[in-house]
Amino acid sequence: MGKTNSMTSAGERLVNGLVKENPTFVLMLGMCPTLAVTTSAMNGFGMGATTLVVLALSNLIISLLRNIIPKKVRIPAFIVIIASFVTVVQLLLEAYLPFLNDALGVYIPLIVVNCIILGRAESYAYSNSPVSSLFDGIGMGLGFTVALTCIGAVREVLGTGKIFGAKIMPQAFTPIGIFVLAPGAFFVLAVLCALQNFVKIRGARAGKDTSKIGSGCSEDCMHCGEKGCGKRKFYDDDDDLAVEDLSETEDAE
Amino acid sequence: METVKELLVILVGSSLVSNVVLSQFLGLCPFLGVSKKTNTAAGMGVAVIFVITLASAVAGLMYRFILQPLHIEYLQTICFILVIAALVQFVEMFLRKAIPSLYEALGVYLPLITTNCAVLGVALTNVQKEYGILAGIVNGFATAVGFTVAIVILAGLREKMEHNDIPESFKGMPAVLLTAGLMAIAFCGFSGLL
Repeated sequence: MGKTNSMTSAGERLVNGLVKENPTFVLMLGMCPTLAVTTSAMNGFGMGATTLVVLALSNLIISLLRNIIPKKVRIPAFIVIIASFVTVVQLLLEAYLPFLNDALGVYIPLIVVNCIILGRAESYAYSNSPVSSLFDGIGMGLGFTVALTCIGAVREVLGTGKIFGAKIMPQAFTPIGIFVLAPGAFFVLAVLCALQNFVKIRGARAGKDTSKIGSGCSEDCMHCGEKGCGKRKFYDDDDDLAVEDLSETEDAE
Repeated sequence: METVKELLVILVGSSLVSNVVLSQFLGLCPFLGVSKKTNTAAGMGVAVIFVITLASAVAGLMYRFILQPLHIEYLQTICFILVIAALVQFVEMFLRKAIPSLYEALGVYLPLITTNCAVLGVALTNVQKEYGILAGIVNGFATAVGFTVAIVILAGLREKMEHNDIPESFKGMPAVLLTAGLMAIAFCGFSGLL
């Protein structure tokens, strides 16, 4: 019985990450790498796969350590765990896939500050069992990979007429070079956002629950609450401390 | 003379030619999230200039005098992110206690910058391009100025087009992203500068 339960929960986590809470298409998280590395389908896939590995491993370790990490210093603890895995993955890429490492460049170490990873650590792994956290990480990572590969493919086809480096468009097609340049990334994301809005508006009319759609960075930073960057304080002083309490906190550091 | 020239090249290059948001896509979340009003955008910009300049100085010093002598350069990602996050927290505490007026103006933005990819991105780029400490600080300052220029322009444009009649699906974020895309095209024009 217990085993079936954990199996369904693992499957449910995978579907959740891929479809229901797809980090890119639904939650709109982690926009920096999404825009920066999707100049081709291959780069998008590589970035997604790298993030998947880091996300799954860090979710697993954070979940295993969730009873040991004190609540107040959880954010620095998460950051250390995530940064360690990122460093490991970066060294592996340098050694075995140098072309990918060169193509992704500074965006590999920047996985550390990807909102998806810290967000999952905070909202899922820190309060759930290791197995479901691992699968949550894999599901979210797969969702991210699929999304980045799709965006990369669209940009590559429009911008160069190729997909995964193989020419597919007819001779008469003139590549629209701007799609592989920086402005093209914004245009593709704008269309994606518009599609998302379209689905959301239609869903709301049909009376469906659309509260999850676009709840990430598509909102105003100052009010984005729990998941957002604003809550990511290095040292968590639960409530706002009064000024006179501050000297105490500093001593404690 | 040569070094001054190099620093000027870094200054122009990082602030305009390879603009941090519009061509490198770093710091995109605050760029999109805090650009509704010009005055909050300017406040965010000043906070970013302050933090990135300070962070690139601290990260540069740490790399040069701790990581390099010990030959543990591969730990740069972990060290930089921890130092930056702690630094932002300390700056917040210091401002709250010592300069409350400045804290009033910048305080709300500081937590948003703690794990901002632009800050870590600058520190890592400085190492990658083998900038010295001074060049690193100049690069950090210039990058942050580029961020401020971009976010203030975007906020101005958003204020102007707030009441425009746009298709329902394109309201909100899509329109902002299209604006950012057009700005990116405009900033491509700077590439002739260097």
